[in-house]
Amino acid sequence: MSSPAFNSHGPLASTDAQVTDDLIATLGRPSLFHKTWVISLALVALWGAVCYLYQVKNGLAVTAMNDYFCWGVYIINFVFFIGISMAGTLISAMLRLTGAEWRRPITRMAEGITLFALMIAGPMIIIDMGRPDRFLHVLLYGRLQSPILWDVLSLTTYMAGSTIYLYLPLIPDMAILRDHSTNFSPWRRRLYTILALGWKGSPAQHHALERALSVMAVVIIPVAVSIHTVTAWIFGMTLRPGWHSTIIGPDFVVGALYSGIAAVIVAMAIFRKAFHLEDYLKLEHFKKLGLLLLAVGIAYLYFTVNNFAGSTYVTGTEERSLLQSIFGGTYAIQFWTMVIVGLLVPCLLLALPWTRTLAGIVFASVLINIGMWLMRFIIIVPTLSVPFMPTPVGKHLAYVPTFVEWSITFGGFAAFGLLYTLFSKVFPIISIWEIIEGRAVAAAVERKH
Amino acid sequence: MANDRRDFLKRGLMTATAAVAGASAFKAIQAAAKPNVSLPVLMPGGMIGHVSPSAISSHTHMPPAADPTGRNGVPGRRWIMVIDLAKCDGCGKCTEACGKAHFIPPGRQWIPVLVMPGEGLSAPEYFPRPCFHCDNPPCTKVCPVNATYKTQDGTVLIDNERCIGCRFCIAACPYGARSFNWGPPEDPPEAAKRGYSPEWGYPRRIGTVEKCDFCPDHAAMGMLPHCSSGCPMGAIYFGDQNEDAVTNSGGETLRLSKLLRDRSAYRHLENLGTEPRVYYLPPANRQYPAPGETKADAKKGGA
Repeated sequence: MSSPAFNSHGPLASTDAQVTDDLIATLGRPSLFHKTWVISLALVALWGAVCYLYQVKNGLAVTAMNDYFCWGVYIINFVFFIGISMAGTLISAMLRLTGAEWRRPITRMAEGITLFALMIAGPMIIIDMGRPDRFLHVLLYGRLQSPILWDVLSLTTYMAGSTIYLYLPLIPDMAILRDHSTNFSPWRRRLYTILALGWKGSPAQHHALERALSVMAVVIIPVAVSIHTVTAWIFGMTLRPGWHSTIIGPDFVVGALYSGIAAVIVAMAIFRKAFHLEDYLKLEHFKKLGLLLLAVGIAYLYFTVNNFAGSTYVTGTEERSLLQSIFGGTYAIQFWTMVIVGLLVPCLLLALPWTRTLAGIVFASVLINIGMWLMRFIIIVPTLSVPFMPTPVGKHLAYVPTFVEWSITFGGFAAFGLLYTLFSKVFPIISIWEIIEGRAVAAAVERKH
Repeated sequence: MANDRRDFLKRGLMTATAAVAGASAFKAIQAAAKPNVSLPVLMPGGMIGHVSPSAISSHTHMPPAADPTGRNGVPGRRWIMVIDLAKCDGCGKCTEACGKAHFIPPGRQWIPVLVMPGEGLSAPEYFPRPCFHCDNPPCTKVCPVNATYKTQDGTVLIDNERCIGCRFCIAACPYGARSFNWGPPEDPPEAAKRGYSPEWGYPRRIGTVEKCDFCPDHAAMGMLPHCSSGCPMGAIYFGDQNEDAVTNSGGETLRLSKLLRDRSAYRHLENLGTEPRVYYLPPANRQYPAPGETKADAKKGGA
């Protein structure tokens, strides 16, 4: 383990100027691989957009949804992206508030995930709407009693809050980039100058920024908890078995932490490799996040057991058919894959010292993200397969997403990747000034000893 | 209190009479093929007038909405339905009549006749399922834009000009009463003639929800809903809770409170607390074979 102050922000025996140059270098000319990556993502996202236009023209009839399975992959994607949006708040706000020094190279990429995940989650709801043209009805005729309104309010608040929270610590970096203007093209210079808001780095400015950051860190945490809770309440406020549960709110919060931290670890691994940030994102960072992930994973395992324990013991008829379909019926493959691949294996990989390596932690995080998408599927689809009333004679209940639904889903994931990638080429993905500040903190601690 | 009840009874009697008179006048008009004969018609205020048949054009009967906004319902009414399962033989005529009247596309039913599996050792039963027009409706609670709402006469309606197609109400309804227009609707041209009202739910619009509406346009005129009037068994009673009277297609008008009490009426899934406005009479002394039974079985009393 390294020293408590995490004295090694950046390469050993480096200067602040060198760190600045290192991190500015991530904004340099994109490699051929990078360009191919961006173009591929753009093509998949574009294909998703084309499929959406096709859906707008022909209605939701192009999906596999029906009067029983009235919600499908779009809602699954919505809940999934809402889930990983938890990343930024947790890593950034909680670690900032507790003064965890090791947060410094991670905060910006975590905050980015939050914003871009929300930018996909919001549209997913609109994609799911039968009448996207009437979106404004939500504002014109909105009923505050409807959980959908709670979600709209919470989502927009969270989105505004996380934009501010991403932007505030970006201001000093914008000033650094403005002052290194020789490296950049005119449009970038103009952008950085505007976004720097005349930052000069005076003590008064630093003081104001720190205050604003502390306030935002405190404010954003309850907002983040609220969004996962009200998203859960969309399900919890119905009478359906599997949804109408007192712990569905906290269950979603813990599930969101679980997939959110895993998403940050995957992003860290990708940026580390793509931008050669090995000196900044060290094994230590992965291990610390990995342990946090393990703790949350165990909590989620506990919630998952709790979700089913009571109804496995005594249960009503609909709930019994629900459990049968999840444990041993139609949805058993998805459920047990989720439990094994998404919960047990990753927790084991994170718990055992000899698999808690960089590769092991990243692999566990990838598994968790696949598992959590499946878990969203398990939360939403099986409940819809057990109506209270028998189905009209001859109706067979099944939901297998169509090509259009998969295209829009992959389009959504590609758009997320694209936004995130483009962001990382315009803004430093590691906060330069915070790393430098961290080095000063570490140096001061060292002098004291 | 006593006065109130007498009032209700009087009103109930009047309505029943008006309904019968209205129905017979309508039949007379339909039957009239002879020219130069004046036909009696029921005028507003209960008077009988006479018109020439040429003044009457024969097209689908399309009365105006009881409430032009479609949001308020009829003041002073509490529409209610009672379904006698002992009389239901599962013929599906209610489904058919409703489907025809509301131009419901094939594959969709506002009032399907479900086959309820018997509980434990008891027999299965036919179970016509309209919208229950709950007094504590889980569907209207979750609607984000007030597109589905409860009117003062007790019906739960949907405004397809307001609906945003989020389908939260479909997920929330425990009875599966709601359908969605997933693709462009295939209404016949007649559906457009009457104009739209939540009271009848057509012409349909893509991406919006629909369901049984209790035919409030008929109810306001003292007419039975299509399912009720279409039931050859007279199994579906409809009426006004305030009048304490319900009527079936056979013209049989019964005291609601007595009927519910005497026949041990129940509401389906009462435990969910949705307070349905549709009561069921258990199929005791069933008059027809239960699902899966032959006529011979039924005669033997299922023994």
